[in-house]
Amino acid sequence: MRVIGHVAVNVFKESVRDKILYNLVVFAVLLMAASFLIGELTAGQDVKIIKDLGLASISIFGLLIAIFIGIGLVWKEVEKRSIYTLLAKPIRRQEFLLGKYCGLVLTLVINVAVMTVAFYLVLAYMQAETPANIREAWPAPATDPAMLKAVGLIVLELLLVTAIALFFSTFSSPFLSAMMTMAVWVIGHFNQDLRDYGATISSPVAAALAKGIYYVVPNFALFDVKLQAVHAQPIPLRYLLLTSLYGATYVAFVLLAAAIIFSRRDFK
Amino acid sequence: MDAIRTEALTKHYTVGFWRPRPYVALDGLTLQVGQGEVFGFLGPNGAGKTTTLKLLMQLIYPTSGHAEILGKPVGDVGVKRRIGYLPEQPYLYDYLTAEELLEYFAALFGFAAAERRRRTAALLDEVGIGAERRLPLRKFSKGMLQRVGIAQALINEPELVFLDEPMSGLDPLGRREIRQLILRLRDRGCTVFFSSHVLADAETLCSRVAILAKGRLVTAGRLSDMVAFKVRGWELVVSGLTDAALRETQARGHVTNVTRLAEGRYALELPLTPPPEETTAALIARGASLVSLTPVRDTLEDFFVRQVSGSTDSRFRETA
Repeated sequence: MRVIGHVAVNVFKESVRDKILYNLVVFAVLLMAASFLIGELTAGQDVKIIKDLGLASISIFGLLIAIFIGIGLVWKEVEKRSIYTLLAKPIRRQEFLLGKYCGLVLTLVINVAVMTVAFYLVLAYMQAETPANIREAWPAPATDPAMLKAVGLIVLELLLVTAIALFFSTFSSPFLSAMMTMAVWVIGHFNQDLRDYGATISSPVAAALAKGIYYVVPNFALFDVKLQAVHAQPIPLRYLLLTSLYGATYVAFVLLAAAIIFSRRDFK
Repeated sequence: MDAIRTEALTKHYTVGFWRPRPYVALDGLTLQVGQGEVFGFLGPNGAGKTTTLKLLMQLIYPTSGHAEILGKPVGDVGVKRRIGYLPEQPYLYDYLTAEELLEYFAALFGFAAAERRRRTAALLDEVGIGAERRLPLRKFSKGMLQRVGIAQALINEPELVFLDEPMSGLDPLGRREIRQLILRLRDRGCTVFFSSHVLADAETLCSRVAILAKGRLVTAGRLSDMVAFKVRGWELVVSGLTDAALRETQARGHVTNVTRLAEGRYALELPLTPPPEETTAALIARGASLVSLTPVRDTLEDFFVRQVSGSTDSRFRETA
């Protein structure tokens, strides 16, 4: 565990020095500019739009970091051959891989946390600036803590995307890894359709293929409760727990597969 | 117990996309290195030296054969605590400073913070970059990176250290410092296994060497015992040599070849007999001054050329 922690801290240090956290500035500027513009254009609907925009931005910024840093985590070490010196130290390959994963997760969690704080600050400002009669028409206060549930599931989704990016990067080039990770993410959002696909077509081969993909690719739509959070619809705790369990199981399997491939690999 | 033991260690790579064929990078290497030795692992580029080191570090897995380090199979984490490794042209995390890199590696060995700092400071001083310890590695020259690479290999005070081409990228002063460092390691009882394609490095440092060509072990033992590297003559450089003295020496058959270097300065090739002292003394008696006297022997390059030109076998294996 100690070794994994050291590798993780080093990954975090790298992302800080590679100026990955600059995205936070972009996020904050984007959100503040949007709130100002939307405030000028709409009446009453602006909080809803900002909530939509804020949650979507947190998700997209996180996704970009998870994919584009995730695919390079292992590839860069192998390509630059820095892995030679590292693996000669008392560290197992699985520990190295897990350390890399935890490092990026740490970067992502800090990123999402800062973005969430900025998001709530903008919302708090809007709440304070909006007259009471308009506020009364809102289904929930601007700083509705229920939105944290959506943020929590975004984080979970990012953990899974990172694991998938890391998995592909253990045996593939960054370009292919990025393509495949994005493909899995997109397919994962339409997973439900794949399940029902068999009923609408006559080819048994295509139906079996669709079913196969349905079972292998995680159902990313489960992690998306942004709409419910924005419209103040209930998100049951039981749903959160089951989805978390589902996500954690997937992450564990993907990391296990990555570790198996990585531990057998030759570094030529 | 041997420091290193390999038995029929073999590595094939698959080369070619449409018609994949196994390429023999290392072919049945059997080798023993005793503890406390400075062992030179020599061979031309592509001989299989780096492949061997990668197999010993378990960066690649053997196709067949077996290797042990300090009595344990390679890859054992307990063994990794006792060894150090400098890869060829090390690539280090360039976003870290030299100090941060060494402290990071020291942490992987489980040293406490104070101990990490102590070891880092001492090693960076020892390899001569103490003043640049807080500079990011991306600002380092090739030679400075090589020094950091050597320092990281020694962070755990290893019993056995593997150095892959440790002199590469270093200027003459740097090479001398590394030679001295290797000798200091030997004096501390550390086994040093280093690869090189420069015979002079091996001559000054090694108790034993192994020579590899085309993936196969050609010979192993003490360099001075190897027939190929026996002295086969001498090169004598003198100044102030008169034409008369030169003609007289040539007439006696004591000189096999003469090259005029500059005004009155000549390089003379002398046979093994008579001993070079006699010819030198005779020339000095005729007014010449001694500049240098060096033994002539095959270089490692000559040896490699003979080995490589003698064999016609391909390193590609036909698939059945």
